[in-house]
Amino acid sequence: MIEIDQVSKSYGDRRVVDRLSLTIDVGELCVLLGSSGCGKSTTLRMINRLIPTDSGSIRVGGEDVTRVPAEALRRRIGYAIQSIGLFPHWTVEDNIATVPRLLKWHEARVRDRIGELLELFRLDPETYRRKYPHQLSGGEQQRVGVARALAADPEVLLMDEPFAAVDPITRDALQAELGHIHQTTGKTIVFVTHDIEEALRLATVIAIMDRGRIVQLGTPLDILEHPTNDFVREFVGHQGLGLKLLSVRKISDRLRRGETAEGEPLSLDASLAEALSAMTARRTPRLPVSDAEGRKIGVIALPDLVR
Amino acid sequence: MTRGRRFLGSPVLWVGLLFATLLLRTDALRPVLHRAFPGVEPVIYNRDSFLALFLSQLGLVVVASLAASLIGVALAVFVTRPAGRDFRPMASALATVGQTFPPAAVLAIAVPMVGFGARPTVIALFLYGLLPIVENAVAGLEGVPQGVCEAAEGMGLSAWQRLHQVDLPLAAPVILAGIRVSVTIAIGTATIGSTVGALTLGTPIFDGLVANKLPFVIEGAVLVALFAILTDMLFARLERWLRPVAG
Repeated sequence: MIEIDQVSKSYGDRRVVDRLSLTIDVGELCVLLGSSGCGKSTTLRMINRLIPTDSGSIRVGGEDVTRVPAEALRRRIGYAIQSIGLFPHWTVEDNIATVPRLLKWHEARVRDRIGELLELFRLDPETYRRKYPHQLSGGEQQRVGVARALAADPEVLLMDEPFAAVDPITRDALQAELGHIHQTTGKTIVFVTHDIEEALRLATVIAIMDRGRIVQLGTPLDILEHPTNDFVREFVGHQGLGLKLLSVRKISDRLRRGETAEGEPLSLDASLAEALSAMTARRTPRLPVSDAEGRKIGVIALPDLVR
Repeated sequence: MTRGRRFLGSPVLWVGLLFATLLLRTDALRPVLHRAFPGVEPVIYNRDSFLALFLSQLGLVVVASLAASLIGVALAVFVTRPAGRDFRPMASALATVGQTFPPAAVLAIAVPMVGFGARPTVIALFLYGLLPIVENAVAGLEGVPQGVCEAAEGMGLSAWQRLHQVDLPLAAPVILAGIRVSVTIAIGTATIGSTVGALTLGTPIFDGLVANKLPFVIEGAVLVALFAILTDMLFARLERWLRPVAG
């Protein structure tokens, strides 16, 4: 879906992105992870041409981004940023309608789409449509920001540290919602963050960046289990490595089918970290697991976590 | 409070009524002025009607302020776009020079070039009124939050769409505040135009000074002051109406 080929960008003498190549397949949620100044945001903004490349090429959906007018390109790529940037003089409704209206959708279709998106983000359409951004909480504003980015059903969604400025509880909820939206819509998402926990939680593939280059590309599990060098090892952190591993593995990997146990069942999609947490809290080494329909289908047991 | 009562309680209404009454029925003041200035005759300026003087001054101010607003805002837009950013210091410098130049000096220079009357006055008011408009418009446009600009660009709004859908509406209250200052100054300054033959409410002031007739000076001064205060109040109204969404 996105092919970045030997792309470089310098500001004066400083090379911010250095011959970077990266291919992101349809439906991936690719996290560009690195500390500030590593070139991750610059890379992201070169995809929708907010920053021009010095050399190399970028293709979205097989088409070179410089072959289409920048505005047309941006209208098919969703864009959500940390500062959200909702238009303060427009209602929630008008903010979400920005790109559909630029694309000259019929008003009826725009209206339906706004309702659909507000419901997707669990914001009651009747309450929220007519509100102005300053009447919303930070979390609600960011939900509207992401809804606005998704409004015209773009092929690709670019997100630049979208949840960095909200409180931890709201961030947790927003991450869960994004995960859910990614699963249900199958959108290709490029997500920039410096937060390793966030990356492990959301990514299908992580690109760890340092000084304008990708140091390691792989699934969250790959990166935890086989860091390619000391930089990555340092970055993902030796401390708490075990817990991070548990957080990227699912209960479904370690399920004992057919067995039964007492208590409130855990979801099959939950991570092993959540299972461990529940076991510790409930003082039991075995907990039942249920599938999406809520049927108890097996058990997760403590020794299986460390296998 | 009901809408009607709020309207009756509004100072704009009362100042407006006072101004209109003084403008149209100046004669009503004759007994009071006679008592205050015994022996001065005529006690009320009578070479032109106050209404005609007011309308003439209003015309000068409207033309000069409209031109200053259009050109000032256009200049501010230009120097805040990527193409014109290099000219930003120059635009501020030019507008500052316009402001430091005393309007009397502008009149003195303009008269030999364009003759007596309304034209040199309009030129002086225009130059004098440009600075607050440019300064405020630049501040307003630069004050649009970075994130809002980035989001607008990232979503694919064209430069023109960003300007008229995002930048100008968001900067509007600040721009309007600049125009308000500029117009209020212009109303006061326009009176000086009477020295080069423009008809304004300053005419009775200067005639009164020359002929040593204090009542003329007071009549002109009071009316100009009310004119300026009323205009300022109307702008305040407009500003409040323009920011219904600000939190």
